[in-house]
Amino acid sequence: MMGFGIAAVSLAACEAPVKYAIPYLNKPVDVDPSVPNYYASTYASGGDYCSIVVKTREGRPIKIEGNQYSTITQGGTSAEVQASVLSLYDSERLRFPITKDGKEVSWEALDKTVINSLRQSRNLRVISNTLLSPSTKAVIQEFVSTYGGEHIMYDPASSFALTEAHRENFGQAAVPSYDFSRADVIVSFGADFLGTWLSPVEFSKQYSKTRKIGAAKKNMSRHYQFESVMTVTGANADYRSPIRPSEEGMAVTALYNLIAGGNTTSVNTSAQAGNIQYLRKAAADLQKARGRSLVVSSSNDVAVQRMVNAINQALGNYGATIDINTPAYYRQGDDRRMAQFVQEAAKGSIEAVVFYDCNPVYDYAGGMALGKALEENRIRTKISTAQQLDETAVLCDFVAPDHNYLESWNDYEPKRGHFSLSQPVIRPIFNTRQAQESFLLWTSGTASPYLTYLQNRWQSGQFGQQSQIGNFQQFWDTALYTGIFVPGQPLDLTIGAGGRDEQIEGGPSTAQLPAGGAVATTGTRTPAASADTARVASAPVTTAPNALYRGSADSDARLIAGSYKSNPDQLELVMYQKVGLGVGRQANNPWLQELPDPITKATWDNYLSIPIDLATEWGIDGELTEGRSRKARLKVGNSPEIEVPVLIQPGQASGTVGLALGYGRMSAGKVAKGVGVNAYPLLPVVNGVTYYSVQQGVSVELTSDRYSIAQTQTHQTYMGRETILQDATLAEYQVNPKAGRFEPKIATAHGPKDPDSISLWDGHIYPNHHWAMAIDLNSCTGCSACTIACNVENNIPVVGKAEVLNRRDMHWMRIDRYYSSRSAVEGKEDLEKASANPEVTFQPMLCQHCNNAPCETVCPVAATTHSTEGINQMAYSRCIGTRYCANNCPYKVRRFNWFKYHDNEQFAGVNPQMNDELGKMVLNPDVTVRARGIMEKCTFCVQRIQVGKLQAKRDGRRPADGEIVTACASACPTDAITFGDLNDENSRIRQLMESESEGRAYSVLKEIGTRPNVYYLTKIRNKDLEETTA
Amino acid sequence: MSENHLDMLEESVSKPALLRSGLVLMVAGLLWFGSIPALAQGQSAGAPTQQDVEAAAVPSADAVPATQGDAGGIPTSDEAISAGAALFKNNCQQCHAIEQVVVGPALKNIHTRRPVEWTAAFIRNSQKLIQSGDAYAVNLYNQYNKTQMPSFNFNDEEIMSLLAYIKAESDSPTGTGTNQASPGQGGEGVAPAESAATPGYITAILVVLGIVLVLVLVVLVLVLAVLRRYLNQRTDLDAADREIIDRRMSFRSVVSSKPFLFLVIFIFTAVVFKNVIDGLYQIGVQQGYAPTQPIAFSHKLHAGTYQIDCNYCHTGAYKAKSANIPSVNICMNCHNSIGTDRPEIKKLYAAVENNQPIQWVRIHNLPDLAYFNHAQHTSVGGIECQTCHGPIQEMEVVYQYSKLTMGWCINCHRDTEVKTEGNDYYDKLVQLHNEAEAGGKLRVKDIGGMECSRCHY
Repeated sequence: MMGFGIAAVSLAACEAPVKYAIPYLNKPVDVDPSVPNYYASTYASGGDYCSIVVKTREGRPIKIEGNQYSTITQGGTSAEVQASVLSLYDSERLRFPITKDGKEVSWEALDKTVINSLRQSRNLRVISNTLLSPSTKAVIQEFVSTYGGEHIMYDPASSFALTEAHRENFGQAAVPSYDFSRADVIVSFGADFLGTWLSPVEFSKQYSKTRKIGAAKKNMSRHYQFESVMTVTGANADYRSPIRPSEEGMAVTALYNLIAGGNTTSVNTSAQAGNIQYLRKAAADLQKARGRSLVVSSSNDVAVQRMVNAINQALGNYGATIDINTPAYYRQGDDRRMAQFVQEAAKGSIEAVVFYDCNPVYDYAGGMALGKALEENRIRTKISTAQQLDETAVLCDFVAPDHNYLESWNDYEPKRGHFSLSQPVIRPIFNTRQAQESFLLWTSGTASPYLTYLQNRWQSGQFGQQSQIGNFQQFWDTALYTGIFVPGQPLDLTIGAGGRDEQIEGGPSTAQLPAGGAVATTGTRTPAASADTARVASAPVTTAPNALYRGSADSDARLIAGSYKSNPDQLELVMYQKVGLGVGRQANNPWLQELPDPITKATWDNYLSIPIDLATEWGIDGELTEGRSRKARLKVGNSPEIEVPVLIQPGQASGTVGLALGYGRMSAGKVAKGVGVNAYPLLPVVNGVTYYSVQQGVSVELTSDRYSIAQTQTHQTYMGRETILQDATLAEYQVNPKAGRFEPKIATAHGPKDPDSISLWDGHIYPNHHWAMAIDLNSCTGCSACTIACNVENNIPVVGKAEVLNRRDMHWMRIDRYYSSRSAVEGKEDLEKASANPEVTFQPMLCQHCNNAPCETVCPVAATTHSTEGINQMAYSRCIGTRYCANNCPYKVRRFNWFKYHDNEQFAGVNPQMNDELGKMVLNPDVTVRARGIMEKCTFCVQRIQVGKLQAKRDGRRPADGEIVTACASACPTDAITFGDLNDENSRIRQLMESESEGRAYSVLKEIGTRPNVYYLTKIRNKDLEETTA
Repeated sequence: MSENHLDMLEESVSKPALLRSGLVLMVAGLLWFGSIPALAQGQSAGAPTQQDVEAAAVPSADAVPATQGDAGGIPTSDEAISAGAALFKNNCQQCHAIEQVVVGPALKNIHTRRPVEWTAAFIRNSQKLIQSGDAYAVNLYNQYNKTQMPSFNFNDEEIMSLLAYIKAESDSPTGTGTNQASPGQGGEGVAPAESAATPGYITAILVVLGIVLVLVLVVLVLVLAVLRRYLNQRTDLDAADREIIDRRMSFRSVVSSKPFLFLVIFIFTAVVFKNVIDGLYQIGVQQGYAPTQPIAFSHKLHAGTYQIDCNYCHTGAYKAKSANIPSVNICMNCHNSIGTDRPEIKKLYAAVENNQPIQWVRIHNLPDLAYFNHAQHTSVGGIECQTCHGPIQEMEVVYQYSKLTMGWCINCHRDTEVKTEGNDYYDKLVQLHNEAEAGGKLRVKDIGGMECSRCHY
């Protein structure tokens, strides 16, 4: 009894510590704890644009969704946009204004000193990246004109040549509006328009509309890509032709000659036309699709861009697929003025400079020269508004830290006549000040809120451009609610004060609209749909050449012929951007660092991508497998030598090497520190224009230093296993909708049988819902927005490079990339090797929620079980970590927590969102943070399903289709993922499966009889039949 | 007693030991038997309270006599009264009661005291009426410390239904106030796990078994005495046998016997083991936890005496995951004029002045791995707050009424019937369920309420 007594006392002592429940002092009217609020806003980073809806909980932004109202991004997002919410909670953001030695200074003192020194300085320069905000530009203009100086914009990924060519040819220095959705034939010279070029979310949305096929539409666009490194866009092309940078100019000229007929220009391009694969074919297709085609190039050579304009002009694409009257402002950087600024700075003729939201010391080609000038105090007054102490800010006298974009008011005009607003969704976390207010204060000497400035501008501007609403406040509220304003398009007046909150309570319920379909349930007007109908109405496209065009293709051709020489003996270097990190602005964001590159599947690094033949020449092609690598010394002209690991990249043009920008940050924070090498200093500047390839003077020397690249997928091909990946050509598909389908049979005593017709199990009954997903491999571009969206939604830890190397990455949603080739193989070993220029297929792979799940039957503690709604559920609190389930999972989608990733010093450097107090703000409070030693995997976003069901139950109705979507489906910019209830007769997934079950829909590894609830639609390539055997 | 038995007894070397062990067994049986009622009592604690709650929540709407008299067009239909009751509960109850003065005046017979138009105008915008110089309104305003009544934008129908409700309540002889426990809820189905006491027949069996064992013991003692007397009369016994007969059963030999020791150790181990297991199950269970709060807030006063609706302060109880602890501005709605000089109320003013929220001690601590949503249970399931939180209206200091263990959750999910009427969401499920089990009730477990990922994700 005494033992019992002791036990009882000791157990009583185990009582939980006292916890407090601290309510608001004054609860804001529209904030209810545990009920999310959604605010429309805008993501803009340099010229990258996305209209978004921000989900907040208790006043903290925790998730970003696309904005369905947007006429531009139409509800799509990208990996960078999804990840940007974590950058808000970066603990290495500046917390207060500082002076050069890092000392805190009060805003008053800073303002006083800044105004004084500005008054004494001549030749002020404000440097920024592209600004999409007309009001911000106006603020800066006022500031600059007060002190006398100039506002210079530059872009880390410059499209100067594109804007310059349009200025020369059309008198308008801007990027035109491209409409890929109207193009039947797309030819791209190096432009990664699905990944990084200009406005990838918008282009992906448009492009995917031309790639969707089904019983009703059996046609799709044809896409040619001529590029040096393998980009996401190239991976999606029907015909991809690797070319060297030195061939690009002549390839464009040759295409022009082929289209215009014969050798229209005086330059003979017959050699190029013959040598470059698919060039003649592309020309023939383009000619057949006049006014329904599009030729784009990412070249920063003005002559090449003029030539591209000439091609589009000859094809009558202006006014059809290219809208010159609606210029887009995505890239406004002027390379020449920027180069001039750096020269002047070095000379000391500039006395004051303000770096607004830019980091030229790091991400401008002449950054080193500028850094030197700043370091040597060639400029007297140097001010930065950086949010972090970046490479430029450390060299400045004052840093007046700006708000994060989620804390700011602003307006944007990404395209002429398409406005959007951004609003603060959280109170400023630190003692920062919106840079616009700093400018206003420095201009006038008195503080004035930027919001008032913004509203005044809108009252005198945009408000007058509509006649629907007579009251400005109401107009402003409506525009703020939808996030956008397009003059000429009716505003959604169904929104009263707080009136529509209930409808979007369960998330952006209108997410994922069917292409061209309307949402009947919420009555939301869909701009996407109206745009589509408008397109049908204006059916006969004009193929007449644009009258404004002024250009001489012949002189351009001669110019190109003069500067592009065949360069077969020398190695050429191409600098490109990766989908995750882009130009490196968000380098300190661990989600993006650990996001596997869609092509190489590498994380936490940049590397020199080399073609297979170079590796063979070096004799290391057998060695560089499974993430093993060697370092190479890269030397470009006179710039200092850098050491960088090499990676064999199938599809890389022979004689070229590639290196990604955005890495090698020196002063960005603990996550980014020491990751990769900085490629910006290697960018050549010719006549002030930044080029993204080096054609001469590149030398690469292999060293014996071994290195490991953390890749999440190290196999290249699917090794002939058609049960995983099924693809066909369009020609085959048009004849037979089941083309490319591989239908395994099981041998039984009664002959071969379909695997679904025999089973050991009784099956499940789903009386209520039956959740299922279909992934269209034809639409998936591999952009990886879904992967990050999944990370954010489900509190997935980042594990760091070392653990990725141990194959312990935690992504629930991975995108498998398979190289394939239609050429015959000699032996089984060849099946494993990617060919020199392979076809690429992306296959998003997540828990398949099998109806006969192998994992469920082996769990000794029944921690993973099947629900009555078709979900393979995982009870973390029950799991004891035997990992039998992961071993038995044929899809390898289960992830094991080898460590405690939260509150663990070991992972503080790579997983700040679970290790520092600020980072933890981003965690989704509805999802458990998993402990060490347990298994986790995709849950079909069960928390979203539960919330959606609850809302429906409270309203006494069934959930509407599209109301409940997973994070991945809602993030997808191409609507490749369809999620819904198979038991709902009106759901898109049901209708899709009804039409595709005898068509393109297949289950991966069907022969083992798992009967997944995730279906894939075969990949169809728009190739001609004769090409299939070539 | 036959010879045969006697022989066996003689031959058995260990007969005293046998007897002893029989005794020990009996004692053990008695011990065990004794512990049963204690256990049963422990498990059924709280059950009477539950019944009290149900008894207290007598539906009041039924008690309204159907008066036919038409007073100013105030409807008397049940629909109007229940609509009015809902409006009253959600909007008026915080400040008004039928019988007594709360913040504002008692509303009994308001329809006879004031014309309907006047009442409507006052509800819609009392300040307008006061400013217009209406004598009654001005008088009322001054009488109640110039407390402004908020404006309610009700339409005519709503005002009439509200008056219908007040009229019905005024006419009702009982005037049970406004505690609208929905009738029929909780009466069935929602039996808490604790009330599942040990069934009576098991107790009866155990009692009978105990009596039988005692009787056997008595009989055995008698048998032993008879045998000893019989053997003592015999003279032909050798020394060894005589020794056995003469041996007195000593307490010491009983205690030191192996079976006894074994049994003692066994029982001890078993008891300790059981208590340890029970104790382990209690880890983290804070049933009855009643910490001292920074402000001695009385639910008995607010929810019990003044019958302020739960939803008035706990704003999320019907619409959100968390019910929400009220923010100070909600307290201040009333306490800017009520009890301003009391020390506990002054803490509220201090909080406002110092701009410091009040740090309430959290009582109900569900582990993070379990997702619980109030809205699902209250607004969809129609569960009363008291079902889980106990007789909160009687608590001077709030304590954790339920165990909040998974077993407790699951038991309720097993038994509770789904509230399907009037909810289109469930139509198909009800239909399917009726086809499968005609007449069977659709319980939470039948719609997946026992699945892991309903609460764990």
